[in-house]
Amino acid sequence: MIQVEGLSKKFGDFTAVDNISFRVDSGEIVGFLGPNGAGKTTTMRILSSYIAPTSGKASVGGFDVVRNSLEVRKRIGYMPESIPFYTEMRVKEYLSFRAKLKGVARKERRNRIAFVSERCRIKEFENKIIGHLSKGQRQRVGLADAIIHNPPILILDEPTIGLDPHQIKQTRELIKELGKDHTVILSTHILPEVGMLCNRVIIIHQGRIAAMDTLSNLVKEQRIKVEIQGPISDIENTLKQIENVKSVSYTTDNLWNIITIELSEVRDIREQVYQKIMENRWIIREFKTERTTLEDIFIKITAREEGTSSAGA
Amino acid sequence: MSNIITLARRELAAYFLSPLAYVILTAFIFFCGYFFRLYLLGTADANSLRYVLELIGFTSLIISPMITMRLLAEEKKSGTLETLMTAPVTEVQVVIAKYISALIFFIALIIPTVAYVILLLKWGNPDMGAVISGYTGLLCLTGVFLSIGIFVSSLTTNQIVAVVLTFLLLLIGWVIGYAGDFLQEGVWKEFFKYIGFFDHYDAFRKGLIDSRDVVYCLSLIVFFLFLTVRAMEARRWR
Ligand SMILES: Nc1ncnc2c1ncn2[C@@H]1O[C@H](COP(=O)(O)OP(=O)(O)OP(=O)(O)O)[C@@H](O)[C@H]1O
Ligand SMILES: [Mg+2]
Repeated sequence: MIQVEGLSKKFGDFTAVDNISFRVDSGEIVGFLGPNGAGKTTTMRILSSYIAPTSGKASVGGFDVVRNSLEVRKRIGYMPESIPFYTEMRVKEYLSFRAKLKGVARKERRNRIAFVSERCRIKEFENKIIGHLSKGQRQRVGLADAIIHNPPILILDEPTIGLDPHQIKQTRELIKELGKDHTVILSTHILPEVGMLCNRVIIIHQGRIAAMDTLSNLVKEQRIKVEIQGPISDIENTLKQIENVKSVSYTTDNLWNIITIELSEVRDIREQVYQKIMENRWIIREFKTERTTLEDIFIKITAREEGTSSAGA
Repeated sequence: MSNIITLARRELAAYFLSPLAYVILTAFIFFCGYFFRLYLLGTADANSLRYVLELIGFTSLIISPMITMRLLAEEKKSGTLETLMTAPVTEVQVVIAKYISALIFFIALIIPTVAYVILLLKWGNPDMGAVISGYTGLLCLTGVFLSIGIFVSSLTTNQIVAVVLTFLLLLIGWVIGYAGDFLQEGVWKEFFKYIGFFDHYDAFRKGLIDSRDVVYCLSLIVFFLFLTVRAMEARRWR
C-alpha cells in the first residue's frame, strides 16, 4: 500500500528526513514513534504529497507521490498535526465542502456526513462555527474530515493529542475499527497507544529509522538483572563471554553490583549465568529476568545518539 | 470544473462573512457616489463617464490589493493550505477559483453604480456604447489588478505585506505610462505608454473596445495567474 525507498528531505542545509525506507502493507496499522523534531510530520507530509522529497521515492496506493500526486490524494485521508480550519465555517458546512472537494457523490454526501458525525461524535456541535470549538472538538472534526470520503489509506498525525481520556479511548477504538479495512499510519508520543493500536512500530530519530518491527518482536528482547558481590571486572568479563550476551552494565550499591545483562537474541541463558556465578563463588541476592518495554527501547534509542547513555558494552 | 465551483463558493462565502468586505463595500459606494456627483453635476460634459470611470479605476487600484491580500497569504499563515492541498485539487483549480471569487466580489461592488447610469439615462443622454465599453475597461483593468494581487498574496504569509506590495506594483503600473509623456516621440515613448495601464484604460473609456487593449489585459492576467500557480507549486520543493 505504501512503499518508501531512500526518502530524504532537506530544508536548506538541515536534513529533516534522512534516507528512510519502509513499507506498509494493506490492512496494517503502523505507528510512527519519535521525539520532537524526529521527522514524523515531515514524512507524513511527503506521503500525503503536500511536500516533495529532496531525494528518494515514495508511492502510496501504487502511485508515486510526486508524479501522480492527484491519484495519491484521492486515496488518502490525511489529518495534519495542527488541524487547521476555515474558522468562519460551520462544522456541517465544512464537512460538506470537504466531501465535495474529495469527490463524494451528491447522493452519498448526506449519508457520509451523518456517518462520520456519528462515528467521530460531532453531532452535538455540528452547527457550531469551527472557530468556537474546543481543541478536542476540532480534533474530532479533523478526523471526520479525514475519513469522510472513505479512503483506503489514513495518515493521521498525532490523532489523540489534546483529547480528554474519555475521548482518547473512543478515538482509539475508532482507529482500531477503521484499521480493519483501512491501512493506517499514525504518529504519536504516547507509547502505550502504539501497543494498543499498531501492528508495527517505526521508531524515527533524527530523521532516520532507529527501529522497525512488530511490537511483540521489539519488546521480546529480554534482559537479566542480577545482584552479586565480587570483583566487578571479573564479573563483567565472565558474563560477557556467555553466548548471545550483547552488553553487561552495572551500578553499585555498597558491596553489591547491580548488573544488567542485555541479550541480542531471545534465548534463555539463565542457567549459564547461574553456573558462572556458582563457579566463581560470587554471592548472589537477586536474580530476575525483565521484558524490555517500549519505553526502554524508545529511551535507549533516542538517548544513544545523543551520547548521554550510561548503559552500553 | 466542479472543484472550481466548490472552492469559489467557499471563497465568496468567506468574503461576505468578513467585516472587511463591508468596509470596502461602503467606502467604494461612497466614493463612486461622490465622483458621479462631482463630474455629472459639475461639468458641462455630463453625458460621458470617461472621467468618472478614471476615478473609479483609481479607486479600484486602491481596493484591489485589499480584496486579494488574504487569498493565499491567509491560507498559508493559518495552515489551511495543508488541508486544502492534500485534498485532490490542483493548484490551477485553486488559483482560478480564488481569482474568480475576487472578480465576482468586485463585480458586486460596481453593481450599485449602475444606479447612477440609470439616473443618467433618465435625465441626460449618455452614449451607451461608451458607457458599456468603459465598464468593460474597468473590469479588464481590475482583472489585471486582482491577478497581480493574488500573485503577491502567494509570495507572503503576511497580509499587510501583501496589500502594500500589491499597491506599490499597481501604482507603478499606473504611473509608468505617464513617463511616456515626458519622452520624445520614438520607441521608448511607445513602450512606456504600452506597458502602463492608463492608456489602455483610457481607450476603453473613450468608447473603443480595441482588441489590442483586451489582449493586453488578458495576457497580463494569464501571466500573473501562471506565476501564482508556479509560486504555489514551489512550496513542495522548498
Ligand atoms: N518547513 C520547514 N523548514 C525548515 N525546517 C523544518 C520545516 N519543517 C520541519 N522542519 C524541521 O524538520 C525537523 C523535523 O520536523 P517534524 O515536524 O517532521 O518533526 P516531528 O517528528 O513531527 O516532531 P513533533 O513530534 O514535535 O511533531 C525539525 O527539526 C523541524 O525543525
Ligand atoms: Mg509532528
